[in-house]
Amino acid sequence: MDRTPQIKFPIPQEELVFSGHTACPGCGAVLAMRYALKALGPKTIMVIPPSCAGVIAGGFPVSALNVPVLRIAFETTAISASGIRAALDMMGKKDIHVLAWAGDGGTFDIGLQALSAAAERNDNIIYICYDNEAYMNTGIQRSSSTPEGTWTTTTPASSLKDTPKKDIIRIMAAHKIPYIATASVGYPPDLIKKVEKAKGIYGTRFILIYSPCPTGWRHSPELTIQIAKLATETGVFPLYEIEDGEKYSLSRRHSKKPIKEYLSLQGRFRNFTEKDLKKMEEKVRKEWDYLTRMAG
Amino acid sequence: MKKGYGTKSLEELPLTAISFMTTEGNETGEWRSQRPVLDSEKCNRCGLCWMYCPDQAIRTRENSYWISYEYCKGCGICATECPKGAILLVVEER
Amino acid sequence: MKKVISGNQAVSYAVLSAKPQVIAAYPITPQSAIVEMLATFCATGDLHAKFINVESEHSAMAACIAASVTGARTFTATSSQGLALMHELLHYASGLRLPIVMANVNRALASPFNLKADLSDSLSQRDTGWLQFYCESGQEVFDTIIQAFRISEELLLPVMVNLEGFILSHTYEAVEIPEQKEIERFLPSPPPRECLDVEHPSMFGSTTDLYINFRYKMHQAMEKAETVCQDVDDQFQRTLGRGYGLVQSYECDDADIILLAAGTIASSCRVVADRFAKKGVKVGVLRIRLFRPLPKGPICHALKNTPKIAVIDRDFSPGCGGILAQEVKAIFHNENRKVPIYEFIAGLGGRDVTDEDIERIIEQTLEAKEPGEITWTGLLK
Repeated sequence: MDRTPQIKFPIPQEELVFSGHTACPGCGAVLAMRYALKALGPKTIMVIPPSCAGVIAGGFPVSALNVPVLRIAFETTAISASGIRAALDMMGKKDIHVLAWAGDGGTFDIGLQALSAAAERNDNIIYICYDNEAYMNTGIQRSSSTPEGTWTTTTPASSLKDTPKKDIIRIMAAHKIPYIATASVGYPPDLIKKVEKAKGIYGTRFILIYSPCPTGWRHSPELTIQIAKLATETGVFPLYEIEDGEKYSLSRRHSKKPIKEYLSLQGRFRNFTEKDLKKMEEKVRKEWDYLTRMAG
Repeated sequence: MKKGYGTKSLEELPLTAISFMTTEGNETGEWRSQRPVLDSEKCNRCGLCWMYCPDQAIRTRENSYWISYEYCKGCGICATECPKGAILLVVEER
Repeated sequence: MKKVISGNQAVSYAVLSAKPQVIAAYPITPQSAIVEMLATFCATGDLHAKFINVESEHSAMAACIAASVTGARTFTATSSQGLALMHELLHYASGLRLPIVMANVNRALASPFNLKADLSDSLSQRDTGWLQFYCESGQEVFDTIIQAFRISEELLLPVMVNLEGFILSHTYEAVEIPEQKEIERFLPSPPPRECLDVEHPSMFGSTTDLYINFRYKMHQAMEKAETVCQDVDDQFQRTLGRGYGLVQSYECDDADIILLAAGTIASSCRVVADRFAKKGVKVGVLRIRLFRPLPKGPICHALKNTPKIAVIDRDFSPGCGGILAQEVKAIFHNENRKVPIYEFIAGLGGRDVTDEDIERIIEQTLEAKEPGEITWTGLLK
């Protein structure tokens, strides 16, 4: 009797990203793209600004994506998605999803105005921000998503980032959009479930995907998934959803692993002092208290 | 979409930079300095390596996995995530 | 049907007739009435289009670009600071070869702050790959916008229709608005083109080292643009009874001096020209209607025997002078002809260009032996 186990597919099989793309070995961002597109399917039009994703998508005459893509100016990810949505609706193609796909730089910083405006209008788009906590494509410069005390090329050891990571989720929640979620490439089935849920909701949907970057975070490429999981298990990147800006639900309990475990794997935190660590632990604790209260 | 790169004449170029071909002509396997080797005996077909590969280099054929060395960049995520230790990383010899 | 309407209203009625599918626009003086009217038309259903209430002009153009790549007919309107804010996206729109139509209400660029007519805002965008028209009447504004949709869809280049702030945008004139079916006979639904399509996925706007080739293709389209604009104007004349040409020549044959200008200054020039004609001095007026691409042939033809040309620029490019003057001088340099071109800058920031100003310009030019420095008209003494 053949006792060979049967192949299991923990997530949908269809691939909408082609091999041969130029992402770094171990790239978290391309995994985020792969998973999100599995959830959305081929009836998706994607908007990508200059970013790692833009480079990964490819240069003329090739594309790494098996969906239509529009490459647009840096600040305009959200409004470009809204423009495509408006055109599709007028052309009677309401069953095609419009996916705005930007990194943390293009979302927290230069793209924030357009994103806020789209959210205020409740434009019917899915906005996914893959967060690698710096401007990685241009060479690891800090963004407002970079955590406090982190090394980047514009916050060198002598002048590390001295302000906390911008709380984009609170900002989006203030707009009272129908669906917000945090997700991570460390937990693909959870990510896919959230994108599938977003798919069925009308209005502006915002998902933040934690995407470790071996090149920018200074870690060995094989640790990408481990680090993504540790970010959540230590409470640094909690996974949760917010509906209508008010109804919070936690996706996972807090595993309470020591934050040091997460920090020690990454060269970008090499300059962390004991004081910085205490500050971070306090911040994570307070955030968990808040989330637990909000989730009821 | 069509596979592979191509050079075109001025007339064959589209009006603006519109990509109609896939990246599959780019053999990113050339980037590797280490390669994963799969031991089918130890493999429990859990699918985690297939799920976590950023380059979709781990593919399925009938009831087993094979690694596409044409595209595998040797990042090592598969070896790290395999719960059965069925994937070993060896130095790429070329 | 004749209506007494402002220039801004003429824009709005033209857009209503052209039936775009997506409009994204942001208010700015002196264009706000356009945004208001279009929003109202969309709200009442008179215009079946999606009106996106964007948060800036930069986003307005971004929305039009995205909607246009998806296949929709799109429109926006702006002025001075808004146009300047859109600058990077003007390049995007033409580079993606999109048939977007925009009305620009010419207004001075800050700083200092000034809300009134000045052509520097659009003329300083002349390198962005957009075709540019300059109108002198409400009727022309209406007609040119309709023509602009045809032209942009044929060339796959965006078109900007300019009207001077307050002087044209807020002045009421009688405008003939043709029947909708007449307009649709001239301007049918847009022809199909390469768009974002889930059935045939492709990526628009990729990075490329073949960049120079795509720019060459844009050059090829611009080379055809003059002919296309003339053909469209001829057809407009045949089907709707009015035509304007690419330049408007008034009494230029055998003229002792020709005044060259764009926009409403040309209207005043013709009035003064008539006065001089009574005195026996032949003054011609050449109005530039199509500025980009500049119609070299028609301009050379109109100015072929002229002993003197006075260019009146309601614009200023610091370090260079009047932009119309610079462009016209370039034409003649390439033609290997020496034609004395006298440069005048007037009307910046909405300063009135009066009959007296124009008379002085004519007299000064007739008297001068050769062109000297640029003369600035309307400065404080």
